[in-house]
Amino acid sequence: MTTLIEAEHLYRYYGKHCAVHDVSFTLSKGEVLGFLGPNGAGKTTTMQMLCGNLAPSAGQIKINGFDLLDQPRPAKQSLGYLPDTPPLYRELSVQEYLHYCAQLHGVPRHSIRQAVDKAKERCGLGDVADRLITNLSKGFQQRVGIAQAILHNPEIIILDEPTVGLDPIQIREIRELIRELGQDHGVILSTHILTEVQESCSHVQIIHQGRLILNETIAGLNRQMNTGTLRVATRLEPNVGVLLTLPGVTSIDKISEHQIKIHHSMTDNTVERIAETIIASGWGLQELTPVKQSMEDIFITLTQEPKQIDL
Amino acid sequence: MILAIAAREFKTLFLSPMAWTILAILQFILAFLFLSQVETFTMLQPKLTAIEGAPGLTDIVVTPLFGNAAIILLLATPLLTMRLICEERRNKTLSLLLSAPVSNGDIIIGKYLGTLGLLLLIILLTALMPLSLLAGGELDFGKLFANMLALLLLVSTFAAIGLFVSCLAGHPTVAALGTFGLLLVLWLIDWTTGIEDQRSELFEYLSLLRHFQNIQTGLISSADISYFLLVTGTFILLSIRRLDNDRLQK
Repeated sequence: MTTLIEAEHLYRYYGKHCAVHDVSFTLSKGEVLGFLGPNGAGKTTTMQMLCGNLAPSAGQIKINGFDLLDQPRPAKQSLGYLPDTPPLYRELSVQEYLHYCAQLHGVPRHSIRQAVDKAKERCGLGDVADRLITNLSKGFQQRVGIAQAILHNPEIIILDEPTVGLDPIQIREIRELIRELGQDHGVILSTHILTEVQESCSHVQIIHQGRLILNETIAGLNRQMNTGTLRVATRLEPNVGVLLTLPGVTSIDKISEHQIKIHHSMTDNTVERIAETIIASGWGLQELTPVKQSMEDIFITLTQEPKQIDL
Repeated sequence: MILAIAAREFKTLFLSPMAWTILAILQFILAFLFLSQVETFTMLQPKLTAIEGAPGLTDIVVTPLFGNAAIILLLATPLLTMRLICEERRNKTLSLLLSAPVSNGDIIIGKYLGTLGLLLLIILLTALMPLSLLAGGELDFGKLFANMLALLLLVSTFAAIGLFVSCLAGHPTVAALGTFGLLLVLWLIDWTTGIEDQRSELFEYLSLLRHFQNIQTGLISSADISYFLLVTGTFILLSIRRLDNDRLQK
């Protein structure tokens, strides 16, 4: 597989604040990489560095084999970027805008029309092509932004929160489009929505406070997901402190006085031990339900300090 | 690539009322001034015929017309240049240019040429007025050309300075005010030379007005031309540097 992006030891400081701390990763053709992280985690900063909008304080980025700093032109040739705010000239019509973007990205003159038509069709913009961008709804503006990023058929497509502001049907269409693009391009998308990563990505990276805390394939992730969540309801208020001391219990969320959520590891019969402890303590066990495992578990266990009670 | 950026910039100016308004107002004011100069000439004509080597039609009509156009453009250019980079940054459209395979130099020069296109149009429209005199008189084409060249060099400098301030400013209004202030200082810096014992050769050299008037008289010297080219080049380079700086720190 061809490596499209190689990022090595990226750092980015804003004054003294370190927004991105030692982030390294690679992206190959045919991969859809999801950047996952809470707001302010450094997702957008990382993407801006990949697209040459921001120079990293330290580290190296190679796009399609070209160093972004030494040979920005050929490197950017293979990039399509949708920033968190779509870069739209509101006084232009969709058609004019896409035409300009095609020129800007060096699409040969004779194939501009074809490229614009294809991008319009892929993003469902055929009916609004002659309308001014300023009069379009937010969802359509977002789609114009996506069209702009895929217009010149770049090897790498970087989308910063592509589904923001879209309705559920549009979101499904865009996810479909992303999966389709992922087959013969390299795609990076950032989001704070966990299901989005599960649905459209092949790889996932979790960023928290500027650090890369997880870099896995979705399959590998599911394989090694060894955490589970239990919903426990008791008649009397349980002693959270006692439960936390059990081996295998990572953290406990208190839902209400009689309901708690226990995040635990799947090894060492932790569930059995939790049940035994609750019964032995006489809190009156009324419900013990395993919650379906999701990315959320991983997200919570990775981004929270272990053994922390979230009240 | 540069041309694509320039063409879009030029077209965008005409998509908003801005370019039309400026063109209309400039044409109106200049036409008024032009007519009053023609009036002056027809009044003076009987006396002028009596004098040997008297100033001709071109001296009395064209030179003051272009002089006035320069002052009006001093006011108008900041309005044209204020949004160049500033608004792109505010609307976050700058990232489209920054992530496209174009260098910062291309972006700045493209935007500069786009604005210069409109200014060139203004100069041509201004030149049409004296040309209309050909219907009933004769013009000194050398001098007319010198005046057009002088105005062109002057507005290229205005535009370069405006572009640079637009790179610096956070809001278009601030950019317009800043450009206007800077241009006015460069225009007026020559005034100290009026007082004989306080002459400053440096200030005299820096003044836009003096170089402009030199060329206007028909004396096209390389010193004056290189002054304008140097100032233009410097501010374009500074703009490119400033845009580079955006990437390094925010």
